[in-house]
Amino acid sequence: MSRDAPRPIGDTLLKVEDVSLGFGGVRALSGVSFDIRKGEIRAIIGPNGAGKSSMLNCINGFYQPSEGRITYKGKARGAMRPHEAARDGIARTFQNIALFRGMSTLDNIMTGRMLKMNRGFFWQCLHWGPAQSEEIEHREAVERVIDFLEIQAIRKVPVGRLPYGLQKRVELGRALAAEPELLLLDEPMAGMNLEEKEDMCRFILDVNEQFGTTIALIEHDMGVVMDISDRVVVLEYGRKIADGDPEAVKADPKVIDAYLGTGHG
Amino acid sequence: MDGGISGDSSLDTFPKLLMRNARTRGDRPAMREKDLGIWQSWTWAETAAEIRRIACGLASLGVARDDKVVLVGDNRPRLYWSICAAQALGAVPVPVYQDAVADEMAFVIEHAEARVAIAEDQEQVDKLLAIRARIGLPKTIVYDDPRGMRNYTDEGLADFESVLAAGDEWNARRPNFLDTEIARGRGSDASVMLYTSGTTGQPKGVLLTFENVIRTAENAIRFDSLTETDEVLAYLPMAWVGDHIFSYAEAYVAGFCVSCPESGATVMTDLKEIGPSFFFAPPRIFENILTQVAIRMEDAGTVKRWMFRYFMGIAKSAGIAMMDGKQVSATGRLLYALGERLVYGPLKNALGLARMRVGYTAGEAIGPDIFDFYRSLGLNLKQLYGATETSVFICMQPDGQIKSDTVGVPAPEVDIKIEESGEVLVRSPGIFKSYYKNDAATASAKTADGFYRTGDAGYFDKDGHLKIIDRAKDVGRLSDGTLFAPKYIENKLKFFSYIKEAVAFGHGRDYVACFVSIDLEATGNWAERRGIAYASYQELAAKPEVLALVQQCVEQVNRDLSEDPALAGSQIRRFLVLHKELDADDGELTRTRKVRRGFIAERYGALVEGLYSGHDRAHIATTVTFEDGRKGRIEADLEIREAARATPAAHVELRKAG
Repeated sequence: MSRDAPRPIGDTLLKVEDVSLGFGGVRALSGVSFDIRKGEIRAIIGPNGAGKSSMLNCINGFYQPSEGRITYKGKARGAMRPHEAARDGIARTFQNIALFRGMSTLDNIMTGRMLKMNRGFFWQCLHWGPAQSEEIEHREAVERVIDFLEIQAIRKVPVGRLPYGLQKRVELGRALAAEPELLLLDEPMAGMNLEEKEDMCRFILDVNEQFGTTIALIEHDMGVVMDISDRVVVLEYGRKIADGDPEAVKADPKVIDAYLGTGHG
Repeated sequence: MDGGISGDSSLDTFPKLLMRNARTRGDRPAMREKDLGIWQSWTWAETAAEIRRIACGLASLGVARDDKVVLVGDNRPRLYWSICAAQALGAVPVPVYQDAVADEMAFVIEHAEARVAIAEDQEQVDKLLAIRARIGLPKTIVYDDPRGMRNYTDEGLADFESVLAAGDEWNARRPNFLDTEIARGRGSDASVMLYTSGTTGQPKGVLLTFENVIRTAENAIRFDSLTETDEVLAYLPMAWVGDHIFSYAEAYVAGFCVSCPESGATVMTDLKEIGPSFFFAPPRIFENILTQVAIRMEDAGTVKRWMFRYFMGIAKSAGIAMMDGKQVSATGRLLYALGERLVYGPLKNALGLARMRVGYTAGEAIGPDIFDFYRSLGLNLKQLYGATETSVFICMQPDGQIKSDTVGVPAPEVDIKIEESGEVLVRSPGIFKSYYKNDAATASAKTADGFYRTGDAGYFDKDGHLKIIDRAKDVGRLSDGTLFAPKYIENKLKFFSYIKEAVAFGHGRDYVACFVSIDLEATGNWAERRGIAYASYQELAAKPEVLALVQQCVEQVNRDLSEDPALAGSQIRRFLVLHKELDADDGELTRTRKVRRGFIAERYGALVEGLYSGHDRAHIATTVTFEDGRKGRIEADLEIREAARATPAAHVELRKAG
């Protein structure tokens, strides 16, 4: 209702310049450039195999672009590993849920705090003194996430027993537990029913609004993308074919040809 | 426990009782809420301090004597405190059903002329803002949970914290203000306004005085010897009179602690953690728990299943008799004690009922099997009969005199008389003052000599227990003059776990026919176990196997009806299974889940005609309201079946399954 109030969108947080990525003879990405500004919701769309997930994997350091440059928080990034990206404030969720199925919701989200734990293995094993007070602190942070995502009722349920929509929410919870500056969501709404999608949309918007988290998401549901994102970049066969606000992208004839099809107009 | 407090002018309102509790039991817990996974408690002294801040904060917003303050949200400590804070100022709190859609809420707010509303969260604020855009009220909206509210710039929106801060400031400048206001309250003042769910027409605002509520609460506390050490979980809608009495009034009078669940979805876990000693639930909740137990037992291993079945048999024969204080053989006692160790105790603990001393169910009839299940476990579950207009209590079951088909004897200080028509009339200290701004309705509901017309038809059995058969106006006749009590028949159907709701027709017709809507969980589980595949409610409801299952239930009801000479003629001849669940959002049920028969007959007119024609199918198209408020349309072609009717001689026992 009163969402019209402008959110503070800041300077460039992450810049992708001329990035290419190849696997043997397959070029997953060729010469892609775009930027993500602080505080915005940025969507990456495109047909299957367009290179969206590869793009996310480059951003969080899982793949190393063969050409081009990624600048994060003003610093050009060299070769890096995913956990370094995570330490730098980048968290992500996966297209196919990647949770520990036998562990409870609480424990799964707690793993998101891993990189924030300071005590070493010895203290953790002893579970006493500083390690214990640290755990209390992390538990509180996790409980805040649980409260935020309204999943109190499944706190102690093993995630393998949860319905798909809730597992997706737990995965978002784990990413949030890391208190990321940049949150990457790979198809957060794939396979969900309408109600689950609406819930997820609300959580994404709330995360963005409440914590000012910058969000980059890949999504197939055009209604969702056009509704919640500030700017959209469109990929096709590893190339960028359009970039701009949802209205402009929707009207772009190249995008309509490549992806939306006339029926979706 | 305190002696009589009614008549004592220093204890005749809830704010005065609060002050007493803060003085005499200041260190005892008054309220608990689970926050971030941990139970937080407030003592009576802390509660009194919080309420002082809220009351002064409301005063700073301009709330004054006789104003109405709307409260909307789940059971939250701050909402309960706001009730008392409003009362301290002489204002009248008006709790509203939190799941009401904006239209229903708008009626109440406009009718009550509420200038101030206190909302739990963004969801409720959005509704209130939409209402304000239409009717200009409520001018001020206070919200508890700031989540998602950051960018709201609407006028008159106030964060709860800011109201508390304003309250502190107000209190610092006028330290005697609140005590003076509290002292001005009288027992005869209006204490709360509760809107009745309105099975018929628009809701009516029932004004109850402090005297009504406190005196009734006192009587009930004495009846069941409740003390300050009792524990209650507040999880039923705050707008419902039952919650107001059990989780608010009785807590203030007896001084016990009320716990608020973490969220609606965690009630079962919270129940287990709190282990209330006094528990109230409508039959539907007891049914749900039993259904859960039955489903989980079916998934259990062979040994556990055998143990459960064996000891539940023992419980049924020995447990109920023991509870009623009857003679039980030594073997029976021994086996029951063993069962308590092995099955009943652990089961009660898993359900969160281990510490339950007294449990009540009311609102609708409870199935005898369900009722007996809990009693056989050694749980003192009882029925009571009441109404919003009577501050709940009309009849209660005393310990040791429990029957599943009556509602007990008149509660303390209650007079009951039965009219010629069969209607039950009640006079008690709890009888409401009036319907707000509706003198015509007040006049027709109250007789000159102070009796309230319940609108229910019933009679006293030979032991002096009241038996309610139906709404007086719903009791009808078939065209041949046979007595037709639709709710009685519907309840019999609903006692089967597979059937969620039923609607019976027959007044002025040649025979009785009914709609049945299946219980998705129980029937779905039944179907899965038989390898019957289904993708949706609609598909499941149309399966021939499901129809056959429902037919068995209907025919069992016919056999039961055939036992009672007065009702044998009203057996069900034709029925159909509805393609959708009856839903309050579609106006088919009231918010307390009572069937709105007239509305359904109109909405499903084509189906009713089908039932009374020779056809074996009927077509229906209906609009439905989704959870987000959008409308959709569903169509279905439903099969109509004939049910066999029984003669009293051909009586066969069919056990309730599941």
